[in-house]
Amino acid sequence: MFSAEQSCWFVRKVICWRAAASIAWAVLLLPPITAVFVILSKFSLLHPIQTISECLSLLTSASAVFSLILLCGVILMVGFLNLEYYTVIPTIACSKIALLGQLLHPRQLVNSLVHCIMGIIVAWCCAITIGGRYETLGYPCAQSDGDSSPQMCLNEYHLILLLAGAFVGFSYSLLGVIHNMNYVSFHTVQQYKYLRFKGSLPLVVKCSATQALKSVRNYVVVYLFLGYIPKAWICKTLNLHLNSSAHPLDSIAGLLDFSLLYHLWISASFLLFTWHITLLLFRIFVTEVYSFPVQSSFTEDVHQCLPKVLTDNQPMILKFLALQDLALLSQHSPSRRCEVFSLSQPGGHPHNWNAISKECMSLLADLTQRLVAYHDTVATNGRAKSLSTGSERKTSSETSVTSGTDDLMSPRPTFLMKTPASVFARSIVGGPQSPLTAPFTPDLDSPFASPALRRLTAPVEQCSPWFGTVQSPHVMRRGPKLWSTSTDSQVNGSPQSSPASVPSPKQEPSKPSLLAQFLQNRKEQVKNFLAKRVLIMYLFNKLPEASSQALFADSQAHIWALEGLSYLVQASFSEDQFGVVQTTLPSILSCMLVLQEAVDRHFKLPHASSKPVRSTGSMGDSTYKTLRFALRATLKTAIYRITTMFGNHLNAIQMSAEHRKRLQQFLEYKE
Amino acid sequence: MCSLALFPPPLPSGQTTLCESNNELLSGATTEDRLKQESSPLSLYFPRESLKLHSRTESSSKAAFLDHSETLWMRSAAAWRDGGLTGLLNEITNSHTDVPKCLSVSSGCILALLRKISSFHGSLFPHLTLSSEDMIAEFSQVLNWSDCVVRAFAWHPHTDKFAVALLDDSIKIYNPKSVTTPTLKHRLQRSVAAVQWKPLCASALAVACQNCLLVWHVDPCSLSTRPSSGCAQVLSHPGHSPVTSIAWSPSGSLLVSASPMDTAMMVWDVASESCVPLQRVGGGGVSFLSWSPDGSHVLASTPSALFRVWETRMWTCERWPCVKGRCQSGCWSPDGSRLLFTVLGEMVIYALTFTDTPAGVPTSTSKGPQAAAVVADLSETTFNTPNGDVIIGGEIQSLAWDPTGERLAVLLKGDPQAADRRPAIIAVFKTRTNPIFELLPCGFIQGELGAEPRLMQFHPNFQHGALLTVCWSSGRITHVPFYFMGAGVPHFGLSGSPSVPRPQAGPADFSNHSLFTELIS
Repeated sequence: MFSAEQSCWFVRKVICWRAAASIAWAVLLLPPITAVFVILSKFSLLHPIQTISECLSLLTSASAVFSLILLCGVILMVGFLNLEYYTVIPTIACSKIALLGQLLHPRQLVNSLVHCIMGIIVAWCCAITIGGRYETLGYPCAQSDGDSSPQMCLNEYHLILLLAGAFVGFSYSLLGVIHNMNYVSFHTVQQYKYLRFKGSLPLVVKCSATQALKSVRNYVVVYLFLGYIPKAWICKTLNLHLNSSAHPLDSIAGLLDFSLLYHLWISASFLLFTWHITLLLFRIFVTEVYSFPVQSSFTEDVHQCLPKVLTDNQPMILKFLALQDLALLSQHSPSRRCEVFSLSQPGGHPHNWNAISKECMSLLADLTQRLVAYHDTVATNGRAKSLSTGSERKTSSETSVTSGTDDLMSPRPTFLMKTPASVFARSIVGGPQSPLTAPFTPDLDSPFASPALRRLTAPVEQCSPWFGTVQSPHVMRRGPKLWSTSTDSQVNGSPQSSPASVPSPKQEPSKPSLLAQFLQNRKEQVKNFLAKRVLIMYLFNKLPEASSQALFADSQAHIWALEGLSYLVQASFSEDQFGVVQTTLPSILSCMLVLQEAVDRHFKLPHASSKPVRSTGSMGDSTYKTLRFALRATLKTAIYRITTMFGNHLNAIQMSAEHRKRLQQFLEYKE
Repeated sequence: MCSLALFPPPLPSGQTTLCESNNELLSGATTEDRLKQESSPLSLYFPRESLKLHSRTESSSKAAFLDHSETLWMRSAAAWRDGGLTGLLNEITNSHTDVPKCLSVSSGCILALLRKISSFHGSLFPHLTLSSEDMIAEFSQVLNWSDCVVRAFAWHPHTDKFAVALLDDSIKIYNPKSVTTPTLKHRLQRSVAAVQWKPLCASALAVACQNCLLVWHVDPCSLSTRPSSGCAQVLSHPGHSPVTSIAWSPSGSLLVSASPMDTAMMVWDVASESCVPLQRVGGGGVSFLSWSPDGSHVLASTPSALFRVWETRMWTCERWPCVKGRCQSGCWSPDGSRLLFTVLGEMVIYALTFTDTPAGVPTSTSKGPQAAAVVADLSETTFNTPNGDVIIGGEIQSLAWDPTGERLAVLLKGDPQAADRRPAIIAVFKTRTNPIFELLPCGFIQGELGAEPRLMQFHPNFQHGALLTVCWSSGRITHVPFYFMGAGVPHFGLSGSPSVPRPQAGPADFSNHSLFTELIS
């Protein structure tokens, strides 16, 4: 397939090399980090010179070289895992059970296992470098019962360090899922790689140290209670003995050894720091700007040009980098903008502009459609407001939606027309296929929303003007109710929407049979019963905000699309010689205005405008939590950018009265 | 080079400058002129007595309560909360009775050591020893900030509204088209050093405060006169206070903030409340920021004799060491190619010219000039007036260049302590950038008797020339229009400033007429 080949092209030629470069840098940084670790682990305040000479002799020894090679192998593996698991669209769990599902996913289990093993390897290297009492797993000891033959005893210090490595590796991988550590965000401020690395280095040091402290704290508690299990197991399999004269470490007295705790912490910090550095370098290298050619004179390179690359959906990183490049070129590069506005040589068609603007607008329309669908599910399912008649809800924006759906329902074909309705119609047609809807988890209300309310709202939904063909499939498909699916389809479903799934006797919800009513009452009782169990509530309750975050999870793409479009339109005022932008200006404006309306409505929902808690001291990037605010601000700025540039010329543009009113608000700076 | 000797002599005392028309500054002293000016809706007067000032700071209320003994732990926790590490050490050192002797002695030693280190650091960068109020006063663009009734002023970049920050830490927003004047107050809004409206937005106003940055979202359609503090976003970063200067990018996407205490300049993405610190060695802080109108460069001056010019594509910087003092103020030409700046302790204006990088070549390092050129000399000059000799000139407090690039206003500090009592005054130059850069004298702007100019700003899109807004020490805000025909609509950089003056702006035009027609001869 052509697109598959293309994605191969980009991943093979760019992403892999970037990942390789980042891993190479991480490996190069490993010796100095190890040296610092050795100095810190052996440092004694009273004998500074002795410390230094010891460290020097250790660093040049064969065991140090061997452990360095092992550590390089670990870094290579971590880098490979970064490349394998990274994503530009975060997966946001909407409830605790979904998070649990993510954690128990086989792919994630493999990841955790590999991290555990790597943790053990790193801890072994640490044990070798720290030396002293940590060095070997077994040591010869005299038997307690007076037997003269020496036997091998278990060195618990070695064991506790190895297990600490495994624990920290495991918690690293676990926290990676919870904090979306594999999410790669793009920065609004462009900096050179070295400066960006230098800027984030203190943060990495800080969060590695704090994270190590927390992990060690947890580990010590776990070891205190469960330490005897691995100890006994190791003794049994390796035929080692426990030295009864030595203090057992899984006791409070044994663990209150300051030097042991310090070594555990410094080893965990070293482990996390090397891994975090690898991750940081990977993020910096992968998100570096890639400049795509706008057009190429050779046909074999056409698939590498910006208009073609933008329309690809796989891999996602390619689309994101292309959109980033579009946003930057529209802002900073007059000559490349000129190429965008240019006409094709034979024929004189603005293919570049058409492809770019079409892709950007379809992205925006997709988001609009997603928001409208989400809002509808919430408005009809969750809120008491919808108890009023359907006509009351028909606010201005919904009329356009309705007209859009009317367009769809009518037999005439839906082309891209210059009305806002057509944007909708197109997006509804093209929406579900788009992969951008993948992280879509819109169900805000809990599955335990009061059934009485639901029963009351259902008939309203039925008489609402757009009940039926278009809307109900969304509601049904997108609203996964835990136990109430059949109930819902029974109330929701109408013969024309889903004739197959609904059994025929239940098609008349207005006159339910006695039996059905009885069953429904039973079901509600069960649900009420379950809703009272705390654990189930805890697991299945929707996290506030999470669905809103999930809706906007990929909004970085929309932000770039908005920036790119608005800067290009602004520049077209003076640069567009052939007027290619003018033909699409009305649809761009209406696309943005419709999106603006949808975003405004979304922010009126509960939890949508509440700010997320700022998490500091974690390597996880929390940019995705605020993407919706960034999108809202960018959208407004984009519309203002166009209205400020064109001013009253915009009055000459054909658009609906609704949009003209809205645009007038922007022209008067009243938004 | 232009000097003050070429200027027309200042007006006799009692006369005020009203406007520029037909290439000369018109003045008036009669009451009707003043009445006319005061009747215009945007001329404001804030008498000092009308403001309710904070009588005492919050920490001083401690004295009003009875002393009661808490446990050492409670006191230590309180000291940690209020005064940080030094506070805690102080507390431990002072409570001899409760703590063991060795602990109190060792904490006393640590405290002494910390003081030594900080005094050494302070001797390297003397400004670090200032209190935050003094620091704002030192680095603010407002003359004599601590005693100023109007502490900050900002025109909206696209409409005829403006924000005024007052001595009582409130901000008022005036809009000639609306009857409500919202008053913004916030718990954290103290010692406002600067305010600026976000470009390409109707509502967002950034405020530089003592401990943080606030971004207010004031809905222009709202009828509320006291927007709640929920309308304000609080942006803060540890160690980044007091904030003395802020600048929005002309495209409205980023906000930079500077603090003399922090060597890093913060680049904020306001919507997501995240920031990127841009740190460079040297300078000991960042005191003043100015973003060029085309968005390509940012001037960042430091408290020591060094300033930087950042290029905003890849955020690299050029270092510009000064000979004498720090860079006090600076302003950019509308096309972003020329930077005028002044240096503390010198009485001249320097210019730097940045040539545009060749179009299309994505160079990220800005190719700058090699040295700054002196373009104007503002050293003391004696004018013979009927009332006797008047000496004008001296150091420069701030610079302002109007958006069309035709007028340059220079606020001279004056010297109230000197025997000959040089007053602070605004000198206005006519500027021309094509074909060569020229400064020509225009005149002085004077207010009513006894009032000194403290702060000035040009209206970002005045239709008939330029409009300079001046805040006086008396608490009055007046507007001085300069009527002239521009030498042509300036060509803006493409990535650029949206503040292109448009000839057809209906309602805005009207209000301007109603404001200033009476003065057009």
